[in-house]
Amino acid sequence: MPTVTYTQPNGTQQTLQVEEGTTLMRAAVSNGIDGIIGECGGQAMCATCHVYVRPQYAQALPEISDDEDEMLDCATAERMDSSRLGCQIKIDAELSGIVVDIPAGQL
Amino acid sequence: MSVVIIGGGQAGLQVADTLRTEGYGGEIHVIAEESGLPYQRPPLSKDYLAPGRAPAPLPLRGASFFVDKNITLHEGAQALAIDRAERKVRLTDGSLGYDHLVFATGARNRVLNCPGASLAGIHGLKTLTDAEALHTALPTARNIVIIGAGFIGLEFAAAALAHGCDVTVLEFAPRPMGRALTPVMGEWFAAAHRSQGVDLRLGEGIDRFEPGADGRVGAAVSTTGASYPADLVLVGIGVQPNDTLASDAGLETSNGVVVDETLRTADPAVLAIGDCASFPSAHAQVRLRLESVQNATDQARHAARTVLGANHPYTELPWFWSTQGPYRLQMAGLARPDDDTLVLGDQAAAKFSVLCFRDGVLTAVESVNAPADHMAARKLLAAGTGITRDQAETEGFTLKAAASTPLVPVVA
Repeated sequence: MPTVTYTQPNGTQQTLQVEEGTTLMRAAVSNGIDGIIGECGGQAMCATCHVYVRPQYAQALPEISDDEDEMLDCATAERMDSSRLGCQIKIDAELSGIVVDIPAGQL
Repeated sequence: MSVVIIGGGQAGLQVADTLRTEGYGGEIHVIAEESGLPYQRPPLSKDYLAPGRAPAPLPLRGASFFVDKNITLHEGAQALAIDRAERKVRLTDGSLGYDHLVFATGARNRVLNCPGASLAGIHGLKTLTDAEALHTALPTARNIVIIGAGFIGLEFAAAALAHGCDVTVLEFAPRPMGRALTPVMGEWFAAAHRSQGVDLRLGEGIDRFEPGADGRVGAAVSTTGASYPADLVLVGIGVQPNDTLASDAGLETSNGVVVDETLRTADPAVLAIGDCASFPSAHAQVRLRLESVQNATDQARHAARTVLGANHPYTELPWFWSTQGPYRLQMAGLARPDDDTLVLGDQAAAKFSVLCFRDGVLTAVESVNAPADHMAARKLLAAGTGITRDQAETEGFTLKAAASTPLVPVVA
């Protein structure tokens, strides 16, 4: 199974094995990763699953939609080039090993 | 010390989470009527009904959350009665004492009482079980009739179209989503759903259902006498708050459990939040009850802080969303049907916002496929910036630019 590593603002890391097709948000919420909320249930409506994707995985990410793009502009933590909504990223073999950083706040 | 939370939905779990995260050291009990891990409801009327394999339910919190945070989840349990003098809740599986009790009991679907309403093939949509039944039924359904053009009905209409079904929606009111949207937005959605292929019948309610040859529902007969073939019916005519446990305990209820601005009932040890709570709205200036994720989770955080000793009024800005096929509807603030409105953006391209003004000042914004407008509106309305109609009509005005410039209160 692919793996995902979540990095907290204080540097601690947790690595999960996730079934292919699972989103970064769902894997985090289902496994009690702090700092990823997913309040809208994965509809790209709340921007509370904001993550920073480490640049070496950027190529393998799905393209960003207009909706995600506009929501990220208004996320609580600062938007950076590496910003994505975790609910819009499904983990597949190509993304296995992905490392993301969780921002300090989502609300 | 102990907090008992009745309800395992978004509100109930958020209270537990915030209590523990912000330092509550006593016992926390969550009474959840449904079995299994509490799950997210919003996807049930959207992703969950899409053609293909049913997705696994999305848990509100993982199993490890309850262990890590030392929160006791009583799944499949029901609260039967409350003894406020003794501060005890009687459950189907025992009883619990409390120092604070939180009603997060949610709401239940309003039931249709017309002839034939109990025929097989007539569904509601609230729980995972409901969604599973619909997901199973949709691939073989041909003619779908939906009673009620509210959020659930129209989200379901879009899902049913994606399955290639013929879809008829009966709505007694003159506009879809009439309780929540301005007339201009309601009328836009009526035209939009029709352009997608929905046969939207406004001003036409349900009179009765008639069985087909197999004994299941076969037709829906409307208040105009028209008969629509139906092999699957969804009833989406709104909800009622679950407040009888509170009224049985001697607490005031009036379309929900009545609470004050700190979300306490008249009994300071008892609070109510989310879909089941009637609260004085700082934004609407009236008492109301809201059914939304935002209201559930923000009130939950507030109630947890009240339990922890805070004494502030709840003032969070209400916001809502709905996904109906290609249309993403987002609402910030509470629109009223008689608000003065201004449309910004391109209605023909399905990317626009309706700005609502009361006494010349911005009070709510409804957006279709325009999340930047919505997020900016949330900032502006929460800050009480007081954008005027004149400002909004200025050449080049956008909500996003207005929200990113230093905010100066406007003198009317």
